[in-house]
Amino acid sequence: MNQTAPQSKISWQLLFTLLMFAFMYVPILILAVYSFNESRFSASWTGFSLKWYASLLQDSRLLSSLRDTLFVGCFAVSISAGLGTMMAVGLFKYRFPGKSLYRGMSYLPLIIPDIAIAVATLVFLVSIGLSRSIWTIIAAHIVFCLAYIAVVVSTRLSSLNPHLEEAALDLGATPTQAFIKVLLPELMPAILSGCLLAFVLSMDDLLISSFTAGEGANTLPMEIFSRVRTGVKPDINALSVVLILFSGVLAFTAEYLRYQSDRKKLS
Amino acid sequence: MATSTPPPVSRPQSSGLRYNVSKFAEPLVLLAPSGLWLLLLLVAPTVLILELSLIPGFRLGQLAGGYGLGNYLQIFQAIYLPVIGRSLFFAFGAMCSSLILGFPVAYWIAVMAPARWRNLLLVAFVLPLWTSSLLRAYAWIAILRPSGVLNLLLGAIGLPGQDLLNRPPAVLIGMTYSFLPYMVLILYASLEKLDKRLLEASADLGATPQQTFWKVTVPQTMPGIAAACLLVFISSLGDFVVPELLGGAASMTVSRLIYNQFLGATLNWGFGSSLSMILILGVSVAIALLIKYGDRDGATLT
Repeated sequence: MNQTAPQSKISWQLLFTLLMFAFMYVPILILAVYSFNESRFSASWTGFSLKWYASLLQDSRLLSSLRDTLFVGCFAVSISAGLGTMMAVGLFKYRFPGKSLYRGMSYLPLIIPDIAIAVATLVFLVSIGLSRSIWTIIAAHIVFCLAYIAVVVSTRLSSLNPHLEEAALDLGATPTQAFIKVLLPELMPAILSGCLLAFVLSMDDLLISSFTAGEGANTLPMEIFSRVRTGVKPDINALSVVLILFSGVLAFTAEYLRYQSDRKKLS
Repeated sequence: MATSTPPPVSRPQSSGLRYNVSKFAEPLVLLAPSGLWLLLLLVAPTVLILELSLIPGFRLGQLAGGYGLGNYLQIFQAIYLPVIGRSLFFAFGAMCSSLILGFPVAYWIAVMAPARWRNLLLVAFVLPLWTSSLLRAYAWIAILRPSGVLNLLLGAIGLPGQDLLNRPPAVLIGMTYSFLPYMVLILYASLEKLDKRLLEASADLGATPQQTFWKVTVPQTMPGIAAACLLVFISSLGDFVVPELLGGAASMTVSRLIYNQFLGATLNWGFGSSLSMILILGVSVAIALLIKYGDRDGATLT
């Protein structure tokens, strides 16, 4: 390109962008710094300490809520991966009466506010007399997980070469073979990044879990919420740092997958 | 059900009876499970909420009365009307401040930054979205509380301390912080598609940078701006975590009020359901505007 724009001079937009980057990251850094602070109450620095991290490891209530969260996330996402992919492929390949209605329904979980979904699910569970447990949390999480996975997969589907599958069919593959050997490998990066997104959303969900949880089921956001309502807790600072690092790794994996599939698309 | 008779689009070499079976079986297998799941756990419950909202004063374990609009009339009482107004104010405020803060960032990344850094910069900016929204709101408690970081800094340079936590400004700050990445993401998508030659042409024809911005850049990216604004508006309107953690008792919003009707002290399910329907209605109106005026790319990003 011929654009050798004078980027060397510092524009106000650049400075402003830097300021906004600081706005996004400083709160997270502050949490990180305070997680190493000796003092329990003071906002000023009283010395370096790892004791809040040590107290995390001994907090059995927190650890069991972490286990619940991971269980819900893994279970809901692995079921949604199948359902969501099938839904995206079905919507892409077939035309049928009521299709736009079906598609509209598939967007509902992304549109309706969490609180409204949570309330509706609670009322529904009570009205059919199903007792609430960790399984009802999973059932409710599948609703939004499958919708997000379907959206990510359909974006990928619409950029695929539609003739690949036809070619496989022409060459004598059965529809199932064509799906497994041709379409599925092409969709894999999108399915995986959709799963990561769904997993992060499931791990982040407070409202739907709170409304559908039964006796004994307690997810991490529910536990964190009940603790931070009453003020700043240094062990929660330490937990934040651990979780932020964890989700940072997930984010990088998802972006890398997307980058890879974009590159494949270009080549 | 809508999924029961789905003829496939076109399939080469549809040979005889075997295909006729799979013609219906395949789409049914693909679409029915998710469809049923969504119908059962999302559509049916929402219809149930609609019904409940029409039973005035419905409480769990009580005998249900007849249908009526009592719950909706209750919303328009003097105690609850300010709650609706406050929710709209927070959503609108968060939308405006994210637009003002987000546009220069998206513009710099999409138009002025070196091309090979653009994707990385964008990913870095929206990275905080991947972390827990609960913890990001919590981080602001540590900053804004009376003995927090902000007052520590203000004190250090000799300025009077501010008591922002548990007051409306804290909610606006928290919501802006939460949803600014969405704003930048969608504005970027729109600004990236902007034809840079238009900007050069405008400059060549003697327009000042301000004129170029207002007469070329803004009109060209209007669909993206609309999509981004409505997305932030919708997300803020339904947000529970930020007003609950940062707003204190004075910042009751619709979502918090709904929460209280079900998990809080009040337990008025009928009233909570009608509030929930109002919230869904508000969001649907915003979505209808998005579909009418926004661009498709923005809509699919949500």
